[in-house]
Amino acid sequence: MTLRLFVPGDAGAVALGSDEVASALQVAADRSKTPIELVRTGSRGLYWLEPVAEVATAARRVAYGPVTAADAESVFDSALAGDEKHPLYLGKPEELPFLKNQTRLTFARCGIVDPRSLDDYRAHGGCRGLRRALQMQPAAVVEEVTQSGLRGRGGAGFPTGIKWKTVAQTAADQKYIVCNADEGDSGTFADRMIMEGDPFVLIEGMAIAGVAVGATQGYIYVRSEYPHAIAVLNDAIRAARRGGMLGRNIAESSFAFDLEVRVGAGAYVCGEETSLLDSLEGKRGVVRAKPPLPAHRGLFGKPTVVNNVLSLAAVPIILEKGGSFYRDFGMGKSRGTMPIQLAGNIKYPGLYETAFGITLGDLVDRIGGGTRSGRPVRAVQVGGPLGAYFPRSMFHLPFDYEAFAKADGLIGHGGIVVFDDTVDMAKQARFAMEFCAIESCGKCTPCRIGSTRGVEVIDRIIRNDDRAGNKVLLEDLCNTMKFGSLCALGGFTPYPVMSALTHFPEDFGAPPRLAAAE
Amino acid sequence: MFVSAYWKRPAGSWENALNAYASWDAETARTIIAAKQSMPGALLPILHALQEEFGYIDHDAEPLIADILNITRAEVHGVVTFYHDFRHAPPARHVLKLCRAEACQSTGGDALAAHAEATVGVAIGNTTADGGVSLEPVYCLGLCAVAPSAMLDGRVIGRLDENKLDALLAEIDR
Repeated sequence: MTLRLFVPGDAGAVALGSDEVASALQVAADRSKTPIELVRTGSRGLYWLEPVAEVATAARRVAYGPVTAADAESVFDSALAGDEKHPLYLGKPEELPFLKNQTRLTFARCGIVDPRSLDDYRAHGGCRGLRRALQMQPAAVVEEVTQSGLRGRGGAGFPTGIKWKTVAQTAADQKYIVCNADEGDSGTFADRMIMEGDPFVLIEGMAIAGVAVGATQGYIYVRSEYPHAIAVLNDAIRAARRGGMLGRNIAESSFAFDLEVRVGAGAYVCGEETSLLDSLEGKRGVVRAKPPLPAHRGLFGKPTVVNNVLSLAAVPIILEKGGSFYRDFGMGKSRGTMPIQLAGNIKYPGLYETAFGITLGDLVDRIGGGTRSGRPVRAVQVGGPLGAYFPRSMFHLPFDYEAFAKADGLIGHGGIVVFDDTVDMAKQARFAMEFCAIESCGKCTPCRIGSTRGVEVIDRIIRNDDRAGNKVLLEDLCNTMKFGSLCALGGFTPYPVMSALTHFPEDFGAPPRLAAAE
Repeated sequence: MFVSAYWKRPAGSWENALNAYASWDAETARTIIAAKQSMPGALLPILHALQEEFGYIDHDAEPLIADILNITRAEVHGVVTFYHDFRHAPPARHVLKLCRAEACQSTGGDALAAHAEATVGVAIGNTTADGGVSLEPVYCLGLCAVAPSAMLDGRVIGRLDENKLDALLAEIDR
């Protein structure tokens, strides 16, 4: 029989040489005259093992990793012989503890299926949510999403069902579904992974949103830094059109829905929903004042649902299994699962999807294995460049929107960046302000001017120029930015700055806090 | 072979693969613009297409776009200058983008950037005098699990270290 080989085409795996591994495996197969089918999947998200190569026979699918091109021949021979003694042999991937302990709802297929094959998607349970949605009243679809407790996974945490309901109830000749795939936060890569590994789940989620609110056109706004994701999405959209999942009568219903990928141009602020809309309209990505809400007047002035990739990708399983199925995971007002991204200086970096409520310490120490450098963990930044830095003394925090907000932080898009004890927190605080200055759209003064002044004030603190006075000034400036900025860029930049100052005062020339010394 | 051919980025991608760009030509530009003029929100797709063809947005493209889209030249100029991606001059033969964001900082990205600057001989954000290499900052390639990361002429590289960086720079025909 034909041997099926799977090698990730995920950008993270490609960055570690998976293209070369795939070519070398093909060469090895040609040499042994064995017919193979080589599938370029997404990544399962165990990046310390990438590039992973998986081999499926009729009986089972096993993994090897990390594989280099030089290993390809021996891996191929070992796979052909069914030998389990190869040093890179990992066994069944789903039995690896990192994967086994996850609750993969959104990422159920990522790394397993061929991301360009609609047949493969259907064979692995895809399209069931859309089929069920098409048999329901649109209002009932919205209700199902509301019942699931799904909240915006981009960071704001706004209930998705409420947003949909507003658009559904606004009368207009044209409505839009816009997917925010401008994943610019450092430490986050879940959007990229799902777009590269299982793009049909996003397409299905957007089609369901279209049916629910009465929108016939969708746009996926992807950042230009993600060429691999853009290529896969475009192929998947073409396949979805051919397969009747998009177009005039989706899944043989009377509903029409089509999609287009639009590429950003390197502006971080376009991850903010209103500047994203302006960018889609062909303008400078400048933040709009709200109201009007995009749900009332969004893209081209029409009612628009703007949702993050992960929010939309969670919708198919909610429709397939029901809102209460999804709601049963999680804690408090944070329902369902969150694809958490472990990044930076961490031993086991990757994608960890789990129910809300897991503690920060569990994620960093137990699952992430501490730092890659082997030095002690000193700080973790949660939620991207606008998220707070936390010391070890805060590792009891459960992953939950409210708990993080109460601790003057945010979960954002679920990225965790780990730093060891060589980090200089004053430098990190300065970078937060510098980044805001580089990326500010310039519309509101607190962000545009405040960020530049912030860099200057921190510079003065660093060089011990009236330290006490400048710390008061920095706090005041952060307050102005937090409460006076139009959007989260200026409004949240104070989180990394103030958390660094509060939790790591010794890096700003003050004695360490007692809590930090425990 | 199916593997690499299938997965390689499509020809004419927005990234400068080997920088084989056409020189500026107003007629070609007009055709490119006209082909996309009826798209809703056409300006960004037009600018991407022009940069893909010529490697940058020529100053003379702005009045052409303004004319065809029936908007002011100031509006076009505003958009071209707002976005980091759009270049105002032809790019160097090779572009090395180094990720400068937090996840790469946590894994020694700052030291790597300093090493790149010292080796190439220009500060980040600049091009060598012979037009051989540009060092550009990028704020996150989404490769935070394999940090520090970089992109050389559209090719992604993870777990970068000084040795890998030296090999990449040596590989570039400067």
